[in-house]
Amino acid sequence: MLVLLKFVVLLLALGSGQARQPHVVVEDAEPVFEPSKFGSLWPLPQKLKSTQDAFKLTSFRIVDAKDSSAGPSCNILQNAYRRYYEYMFGAGQKQGVFKLRRSGPSDLTGLQVWITSADSECDGYPSVKSDESYELSVIQPFAVLKAPKVWGALHGLETFSQLVYEDEYGAKSVNATIITDFPRFKHRGILLDTSRHFLPIKVILANLETMAMNKFNVFHWHIVDDQSFPYLSRTFPQLSQQGSYHPYTHVYTPADVKMVIEFARLRGIRVVPEFDTPGHTQSWGKGQPDLLTPCYSGPKPSGAFGPVNPILNTTYDFMTQFFKEISTVFPDGYVHLGGDEVDFTCWKSNPDIQRFMDAQGFGQDYSKLESFYIQKLLDIVTTTKKGYMIWQEVFDNGVKLKPDTVVHVWIGGGSNEEMGKVTAAGYTTILSAPWYLDYISYAQDWQKYYKVEPLNFNGTEKQKALVIGGEACLWGEYVDATNLTPRLWPRASAVGERLWSSKDVTDINDAFNRLSAHRCRMVERGIPAEPLFSSYCQREYKGI
Amino acid sequence: MSAVSSGQQTRPMYYLLLLMILQLGLHTAEGVWPLPQTLISSTERFPLSPQAFYFGYGRQSAAQQGCSVLDEAFKRYFSLIFPDYTSAYGILRFSTDKPFTVEVSVDRADCDGYPDENSSERYNMSVFAGRASLKAETVWGALRGLETLSQLVYQDDFGSYFVNKTDIEDFPRFQFRGILLDTSRHYLPVQAILKTLDAMAYSKFNVFHWHIVDDPSFPYQSRTFPMLSSKGAFHPMTHIYTQSDVRRVISYARMRGIRVLPEFDSPGHTKSWGQGQPDLLTPCYKGGIPSGTFGPVNPALPSTYQFMAALFKEVSSVFPDSYIHLGGDEVDFSCWKSNPYVRAFMQKMGFGSDFTKLEAFYMEKIVNITSALNKTSIVWQDVFDYHERIPKDTVLHIWKGTPASYHDELSRMTKAGMRVVLAAPWYINHISYGQDWRNYYTVQPLNFSGTEEQKKLVIGGEVCMWGEYVDATNLTPRLWPRASAAAERLWSDEKQTSNVDKAFPRLQDFRCKLVRRGIQAEPLYVGHCKQEYQGV
Repeated sequence: MLVLLKFVVLLLALGSGQARQPHVVVEDAEPVFEPSKFGSLWPLPQKLKSTQDAFKLTSFRIVDAKDSSAGPSCNILQNAYRRYYEYMFGAGQKQGVFKLRRSGPSDLTGLQVWITSADSECDGYPSVKSDESYELSVIQPFAVLKAPKVWGALHGLETFSQLVYEDEYGAKSVNATIITDFPRFKHRGILLDTSRHFLPIKVILANLETMAMNKFNVFHWHIVDDQSFPYLSRTFPQLSQQGSYHPYTHVYTPADVKMVIEFARLRGIRVVPEFDTPGHTQSWGKGQPDLLTPCYSGPKPSGAFGPVNPILNTTYDFMTQFFKEISTVFPDGYVHLGGDEVDFTCWKSNPDIQRFMDAQGFGQDYSKLESFYIQKLLDIVTTTKKGYMIWQEVFDNGVKLKPDTVVHVWIGGGSNEEMGKVTAAGYTTILSAPWYLDYISYAQDWQKYYKVEPLNFNGTEKQKALVIGGEACLWGEYVDATNLTPRLWPRASAVGERLWSSKDVTDINDAFNRLSAHRCRMVERGIPAEPLFSSYCQREYKGI
Repeated sequence: MSAVSSGQQTRPMYYLLLLMILQLGLHTAEGVWPLPQTLISSTERFPLSPQAFYFGYGRQSAAQQGCSVLDEAFKRYFSLIFPDYTSAYGILRFSTDKPFTVEVSVDRADCDGYPDENSSERYNMSVFAGRASLKAETVWGALRGLETLSQLVYQDDFGSYFVNKTDIEDFPRFQFRGILLDTSRHYLPVQAILKTLDAMAYSKFNVFHWHIVDDPSFPYQSRTFPMLSSKGAFHPMTHIYTQSDVRRVISYARMRGIRVLPEFDSPGHTKSWGQGQPDLLTPCYKGGIPSGTFGPVNPALPSTYQFMAALFKEVSSVFPDSYIHLGGDEVDFSCWKSNPYVRAFMQKMGFGSDFTKLEAFYMEKIVNITSALNKTSIVWQDVFDYHERIPKDTVLHIWKGTPASYHDELSRMTKAGMRVVLAAPWYINHISYGQDWRNYYTVQPLNFSGTEEQKKLVIGGEVCMWGEYVDATNLTPRLWPRASAAAERLWSDEKQTSNVDKAFPRLQDFRCKLVRRGIQAEPLYVGHCKQEYQGV
């Protein structure tokens, strides 16, 4: 049994107390507060054994194990050591230097990190196939973190930092613990939308940092959309010059993008960019004439534009060059191609499109035209040697997809029927429908996200194996730098545990206790994660 | 993907409208939030230069240099008017600009006092070439005028500052325009409170209702009863408001023309009080013996009233405002019912089994304590609902119900001759998806049946940010600009501000001003600010 005393004090102080809230019916009773036997671990590891034997951390160091295949030249690990040392002991604190006494019998002097496979993947990028498993044994005289690859080691470091607690006098301790851990799902993503509101780089980086604390591993960057085109393309600089909110202050330069990708890599996070077409492209049209379909009002162009024009060769020439650039800028194996919510009214109004439909024999079925476009786009992207992800409509409309396509399910709130259909057709899929975090409501909606079971649909075991994960989506209509971080965290943490931990981790009270402590840890690390309910953190948010 | 985008299809009109307005230069007087009562502006504009911009006192002004409130305000508003001004500015650019002087005159030199329930906030302002003249009865009115002036100044694309020729006559529609913060359910660091006071001044709010203690914690460090916070706070060292913290809040608020109205809510909502004050709360009984839990304040003991008298004596000297909020809401009778001594007291007093009589008895005693201290009591509506015989100068605070039911309540209370503050439509801690500011904006506080005399008894309204789900991490973006919608309703003329779609671009513009001033006010909808928020 692992009992972290720090939290006993913290949690007992939590009051009940419902304020004057006449209009609100609270669906579930508020969870009763008690410290969890799992302390503040989040997401909960797959296997965990611990005792109440506590070790003091003295002259503590994080070092490479002798036999590790990653050494001092491994940037990912060296950076992570420093990061987690600072999280545990505070930056600039010379922990243990003034202690002359030798370490005693109940001391822990270090954590050895041991990458066990020959290729540590230190200089690579994480992928959907990356091994993220690790084993952590906290026993004397030093703790050992074993992982086949650096990606598992990163998660293990986070877990270790979550085991460390502070006594009344500020001394750090950790209890004897053995952990074997690996993610339940391979794809654990967060979608941020930088088109409806521009997000300064600093905000993106802070959220990557927080994603790592929650063992998320995919940043789905919904980088452009109708409202603005902040991506500065080297090949087509006019796209952001004309299509962004402001061509200098509201764009992501190639250097910005590089910085995001490297920052994410150092935390074991993939960056999957989304360039959504043929709908959601109003902002593209400003810098790329003739890309969008001119809408007609009666016999004349109305001056408005619709989706990408699928009948012009120039459209496909443009896409070929554009996605060639994207495939070199973003190292991830996948590109998200969107394909959702195509409005046919503009296509219908345009006589040239009509003629094309007739010539192709599509009749009045505009979804055939949409499929025609997507098909050509997929062929283009395939030549760049990338896999692709698409929103579910593309599958629903019967477009021919490569077998490794990832279908992104977003429609229908909690319903998982679509998951059954997609996997029955043999495609891999990820789930977002129940995790639209931009929809806010009063009180503890994290519980709703937590209670989702992604495999809760009718299908064979083989089908279920095709569900590789999910994503929490924070669409940007009502979100920008001012409110993004507290709106996302710790609500997304609930999704994080669902995607990482074992299926049977469903105790909502225990989750409440651990998540409360985990959110205070995020606050302590400088992330303004909002509270779950009346309570306090030992160290409140300071960044006001 | 974004299911919201279906909504977007219907919205682009707003957006286009906004873009057009921005391009035409919204930077006329319409950019002022809340909208002044009378405002005439022309397209004639005057350049302003930080090197040649001065505040001064009019010759006739009762207040002159040395007036703390205005001297400090000049300093603040200089930086607000010229947000990108740095001292290096002057070195880079030799200035031959024409000087511009803001001449402030007030009728009364109440520079060292506190704003109160009767303070005039009226001001007149005229902006001409090279000069603005700001006249007010009080320094508090002058502060409102300076805020308006700071919103009239704008920058063109090259960063030059301008102000248009303008005439304004302005005064608040309601005297009481409050924000409630709850520092019991979560502790708010003093810094977060001060920042809120800044933002309140930008929206012309004038009452900070400090719901300082409640069930979960007692952060107020009392000099008479220090055990209240050392036992009842979340943490006795880090999660308390010391006397000097409280003084700092009060003086910071004063400088901005904001009253600080403390609430010490009893007899319910007092769990945290009991930890540091034994015998204050009613012991609950189960099966003939005390169960170990406690209920509301024990109204049957004389010691209770001695304690309350001493506490409120302290509170009335610490907080200079003439109001004290006594709470009085949501009292749960089950514990009183269980306690044999309370029941015996009921018998003795002839209350029978009507516990509302006991509650009324308690509140009357507390109101008498504060009256003896020359303070006006303000209480939640519950007190009126169970006890119509309360002193006439008590102010009632409506927090419950739908528009129909709070309008009824307004009718009843004002008919009884009571003054009322309306909070029910502005429980801003309740969040939902989309533009809920529209609901806060379209409230009609006086749309109830009653005489003109009755309507005058509605002294204002209050935005409540209860703290269950709010702390320093999310307070500011949750409060602003949603509270600003209520601010316009409470300050401006209702007829001139009845169109919520017309308000939309103005509020968007105002929220970018807030962001520019370092207040992390959240967006209303898609779009951008020239200068985005730079924090995380």
